[in-house]
Amino acid sequence: MSESMAPPVRAFAPVQWVRNNLFNTWYNILLTLVVGYLLVTSLWPLLNWAFFDANFAGESPSDCTSAGACWLFINQRMNFFMYGFYPDELQWRVDIMFALLAVAFVPQFIERFPGRRWFGIFGMTGLPIIGYFLIPGGWFGLEEVQSSKWGGLMLTLILAYIGILGSLPLGVVLALGRRSEMPIIRGFCVIFIEVWRAVPLITVLFMASVMLPLFLPEGMNFEKLMRALIGLTLWQSAYMAEVIRGGLQAIPRGQYEAGSALGLGYWRKMRLIILPQALTLVIPGIVNTFISLFMDTTLVLIIGLFDILGTVQSTVTDPAWQNVAIEGYVFVAFCFWVFCFGMSRYSQNLERKLDTGHKT
Amino acid sequence: MTEQMQTQQDRSDGDAVGSAKAEKTIIRVEDMHKWYGQFHVLKNLNLNVAQGERIVICGPSGSGKSTFIRCINRLEEHQQGKIIVDDVELTNDIRQIDSVRREVGMVFQHFNLFPHMTVLENCCVAPIWVRKTPRKEAEATAMEYLERVKIPEQANKFPGQLSGGQQQRVAIARALCMKPKIMLFDEPTSALDPEMIKEVLDVMIELAGSGMTMICVTHEMGFAKTVADRVIFMDAGEIVESAPPHEFFDNPREARTQKFLQQILHH
Repeated sequence: MSESMAPPVRAFAPVQWVRNNLFNTWYNILLTLVVGYLLVTSLWPLLNWAFFDANFAGESPSDCTSAGACWLFINQRMNFFMYGFYPDELQWRVDIMFALLAVAFVPQFIERFPGRRWFGIFGMTGLPIIGYFLIPGGWFGLEEVQSSKWGGLMLTLILAYIGILGSLPLGVVLALGRRSEMPIIRGFCVIFIEVWRAVPLITVLFMASVMLPLFLPEGMNFEKLMRALIGLTLWQSAYMAEVIRGGLQAIPRGQYEAGSALGLGYWRKMRLIILPQALTLVIPGIVNTFISLFMDTTLVLIIGLFDILGTVQSTVTDPAWQNVAIEGYVFVAFCFWVFCFGMSRYSQNLERKLDTGHKT
Repeated sequence: MTEQMQTQQDRSDGDAVGSAKAEKTIIRVEDMHKWYGQFHVLKNLNLNVAQGERIVICGPSGSGKSTFIRCINRLEEHQQGKIIVDDVELTNDIRQIDSVRREVGMVFQHFNLFPHMTVLENCCVAPIWVRKTPRKEAEATAMEYLERVKIPEQANKFPGQLSGGQQQRVAIARALCMKPKIMLFDEPTSALDPEMIKEVLDVMIELAGSGMTMICVTHEMGFAKTVADRVIFMDAGEIVESAPPHEFFDNPREARTQKFLQQILHH
C-alpha cells in the first residue's frame, strides 16, 4: 500500500506571476502596456478630481477654489441629507436609532461575535418597536415630530427596513397560499400576487397618496408616509412571494412525504422541514429583491417625500451652491452602495454557513 | 390436514393470518380501490395484517406495490373501500390521518432525510414536535436507536456527509424514534450500492426479530425467505398470491407468480 502524500505546494510569487502572465510573449507585453496606459490616463484624472484636487475644508461655495470636487458641500448639508427637516434639537432620537441599527447588524458580519444571533433577533423585533415610539415621538413626554418632517437617509432606511421586514413574512404566507390545495386561499393569493406584480411602483405610490384618501371614509386618514409604506410593502411582498415559491418548488416531494409520514402537521412540516430549506435555496433571490426594494424607495420622491436622493436633488438645485450636482449624486450612489454591498456580503456569508453539503 | 386447510384459506382470500403467533389484527384493508385519473392502479385489495406479522410485498415494477403501502399511511388517497389501521379508519379527517401516521413509521427508497438537520436532529424532530417529548429524553432515545442501527458516532454529522447505507440506517432510526407500532419499507435497498445493501438488511432483520409489525416492498428475495411470515405477490394492481415464504418460493400456485419468480431468481 502506498503512502498518502501531501498535495504539491503552490507558491505564490508576484514577480513570477507577472512575468508568466503579463510579459510572457511580445503581444502580451504590448497588451499589458496598452491596457496599463489606458488605466493610468483614465484613473488619474478621476483620482485627481476626487482626492488630490478636491476641496474638503471650508463653509461656503466660495471656498471651493481648486478644480476638483467640492466635498465641503456634502459636509455642509450633511445634516439635511441625514435627517431631512427633523428638528436639530431632537435629532439625538434618530442618532439612537442609527446606533441601535449598527449594534444589531454589525455583529452579523463578525463570525465569532458572541450571541450575535440575539443581536439579529433584536434588530428584527426590538429595533422597530423602539423606533415606532422614538422617531415620531408623542409618547412618554417626547415631543411629536410629524412624519412630513422626516427625510434624508433616515427616511430611506425607514422605508427599506419596514418594507423588508414586512414583505418577507407576507411573501412566505402568499407563496404558501399560492401552493395551497384549498381553492379559495389559492385563488386569493394568485389574484393578489398577479395584481400587485403587474402594477408599477410609481402607480402604487400615486394611488396610495392621491386616490386612497378619496375612497376612505370621512375622518379616517393615514399619514402619507404610512400609506406609502403599506403600498411599498404589499407591492414588494408580491415579488417576494414569487421568489419564495421558486424555492418551495425546488424542494423534492420526498421531503414533504417524509415530514407527513412522521406525523408532522402542515404548519410544522412547513416551518421545520420545507421553509428552512426553501429559503436557504433562494437567499440570492431574496437579497436581490431586498436590494431592488432599497433602490426603489427613491421613488417616494414623486409623492413629495424627501428620501436621501430627494434631499440631495433639492440641494443641488439650490442657487447658493452651483455645480455641485456630481458631488451630490456620487455621495448618494456611495450611500446606496454601502448598504447594498453590505446586504450582498451578508447573504453570501449566510449561504456559506447554511450549506450542509447536501442537495437532495 | 388442518394446516393444509389453513393454507388453502390463506391463498384464496389472502387475508387470513399465516402463523400461529397471530394475535390482534392491526391493519385491515377491505375491497380497496385506487385510481390515478382514469387509470385503475389498485383493484379490490384485501389484506389483514396481524400484530407482529412480517409481510413482504413483491411484484414487477408498475404493479402498484409501492402505491399500496403508501395508502396505508395515506401518502396516497384511496377512492373506494376501507383501510383501518390500529382501529382508526383512514378518511379525509386530518386528525385521524395524523394519529395513524404517528403509529406508522416509513422508510423510503431515497431515504428522504432532512438535509438541513444533523442526524440527531433528524431523529428528534418528530418526537419533540409531534409526541411532545422533552428534548433531553428525545435525544437519549435517538442515541439508543442510532446505536441499534450501529452508527451512534455519526450523530452530529449532516446526512450529506454519510454514505447511502448509513443514510438509510439513519432513516430507519428516525422512523423508530417515534416508537411506531407498524413499520413500512418502500424498497429500502433499491437505491443502494451493492456493498451497502447488507448493512441495511441486517438492521431490518434485527428489527424483525424484535417483534415489530413490518410491511416491506422489496426485491430482496433472500430477506423474504428468512424474515417474512407471508409473501404477497402483486401484479397489475391486484394481489395475485399470498403465501408463507416456503410455499411461495417452492410451490407457487399462480402462473403469473411462477413467471415472476423465474425472472428474478434465474438471472
